[in-house]
Amino acid sequence: MSEKTEKTERLSVFKTYKLYVGGKFPRSESGRVYEVTDAKGNWLANAPLSSRKDARDAVVAARKAFGAWSGATAYNRGQVLYRVAEMLEGRREQFVREVAEAEGLSKSRAAAVVDAAVDRWVWYAGWTDKIAQVVGGANPVAGPFFNLSSPEPTGVVAVLAPQESSFLGLVSVLAPVIATGNTAVVVASEKSPLPALSLAEVLATSDVPGGVVNILSGRTAEIAAPLAAHQDVNAIDLAGADEALAKELEIAAADNLKRVLRPQAVDYSGTPGTDRLTAFLETKTVWHTTGALGAAGSSY
Amino acid sequence: MPTTAPPAHALTDVTASDSTLRRFLHGLPGVDAVGLEARAASLGTRSIKTTAKAYAIDLAISMVDLTTLEGADTPGKVRALGAKAVHPDPTDRTTPATAAVCVYPDMVAVAKEAVAGSGVKVASVATAFPAGRAALDVKLADVRDAVAAGADEIDMVIDRGAFLAGKYLKVYDEIVAVRETCGTNARLKVIFETGELSTYDNIRRASWLGMLAGADFIKTSTGKVAVNATPANTLLMLEAVRDFRARTGVQVGVKPAGGIRTSKDAVKFLVLVNETAGADWLDNHWFRFGASSLLNDLLMQRQKLATGRYSGPDYVTVD
Repeated sequence: MSEKTEKTERLSVFKTYKLYVGGKFPRSESGRVYEVTDAKGNWLANAPLSSRKDARDAVVAARKAFGAWSGATAYNRGQVLYRVAEMLEGRREQFVREVAEAEGLSKSRAAAVVDAAVDRWVWYAGWTDKIAQVVGGANPVAGPFFNLSSPEPTGVVAVLAPQESSFLGLVSVLAPVIATGNTAVVVASEKSPLPALSLAEVLATSDVPGGVVNILSGRTAEIAAPLAAHQDVNAIDLAGADEALAKELEIAAADNLKRVLRPQAVDYSGTPGTDRLTAFLETKTVWHTTGALGAAGSSY
Repeated sequence: MPTTAPPAHALTDVTASDSTLRRFLHGLPGVDAVGLEARAASLGTRSIKTTAKAYAIDLAISMVDLTTLEGADTPGKVRALGAKAVHPDPTDRTTPATAAVCVYPDMVAVAKEAVAGSGVKVASVATAFPAGRAALDVKLADVRDAVAAGADEIDMVIDRGAFLAGKYLKVYDEIVAVRETCGTNARLKVIFETGELSTYDNIRRASWLGMLAGADFIKTSTGKVAVNATPANTLLMLEAVRDFRARTGVQVGVKPAGGIRTSKDAVKFLVLVNETAGADWLDNHWFRFGASSLLNDLLMQRQKLATGRYSGPDYVTVD
């Protein structure tokens, strides 16, 4: 039967890009899609056009995942984030192609971007169990108490991913949010959502519990509005909002005193620092009695 | 059947003996399981939005039997539950009160005090809830206690063992005895525990059996087993109360309990009620939800409709 391997035309297998909510890959509840093009305007794929109900579902999933993820040890979260880097490295070719198409970069430039994104996961994986030493610690108090401050995750964070840097930018805003134990609802770059939607496949295969990261594609303004007003979202990163939208969202976010990270000019290829890690942390301070202090300042 | 006789009389002979009762129950038409589930599923696809949704949510809130049936129930928890039943959303006093609070018999007095003067009723489970595995006099003593403590409604469980063994008259007699013990003031809800009855045919038989014995309400389940209220078994029971009224003129209420957690589910059940039994049942005198977490979801949806913002669990009580 296999004597003659005549070259036949294969049918093309197109990928259906889907959302990532609660560890699953649903289509938009609205059933809508929109056309995604490359930098030159050629059609690439149809991406789901999320509605406010998708945003609502994503918040429910993120809230559900928050308890276990924030309760996981920092060391464990570090391992999971490192695993993301490993999985991403294995899919390097795919992401180089997608980033090149999305952002109109040459192969080598796109490869550099993907490498930087992998390194970014490793960077934040390393920070998970170190950030507490940097921003927490023992406070000197005038009394027989231990006084300890430790950073705690803020909760469910809505992340508007950067519009231009569709992959490295996304990783740079997402990784610090989940590194510290928050869960995230990400709104992908409106113009180039495909790398973000593909990242979901990496996250789903790298021990990130379902619901810790939820990725929505569509019109940023449409999805961001209900997220900013949502009473069960604790913080919002406005990286992907333009000035007018950011102002509107900040007003909506004030209603339940969300933590807001305003958009700022960032060079995502630079060293990230710890600013984004600490942006979505709360400080918990506990007092614990030590008993009477002896002459040496200690009772034991 | 003589057409001149009042319809109710048509069923008086049925309970004369075990064999007539069996003949009657087994003579009920069999249930088309596929058709039933398809019908329940198709009614679940109705789109209820805006003003209709607001109406449905308020109606659903007014139908909730706010329930706590835990070994760890304390008087404080029951009082908190009572306060919530009276004013489900303290930030919005236009929210209707729930229909009742549902507690164990020893908590009836506490619950009664907590809802005094509000119109919210106190329902008590009884008859060795949830298993129902006790002697009849023990069950009746349980009921007497609850009624004496002031319960407005008694939720009894049937003896599923006897029912499945085919001793229908024993189950019937037990319900009749409990009905008598309830007196004239307390309404009786009969719990079949549909998850333990195995087949839809059995649920239909149990429904008729309960109604023949004088139940004021038929209730799906205790909430203590794996399968509780489903749209299909509730639809089946709604058909039974509709047919029973057509045949005897007596209206009986329905209470699905357990597993209904979201507003969306609750609205689907209301659609079932309206489309099956009819609008006469769209009232908390004739239809109830046995639920605890459902109320919070209804309140969050209500807040969403009022403010346009999605609400969250931080804005409702933790019970």
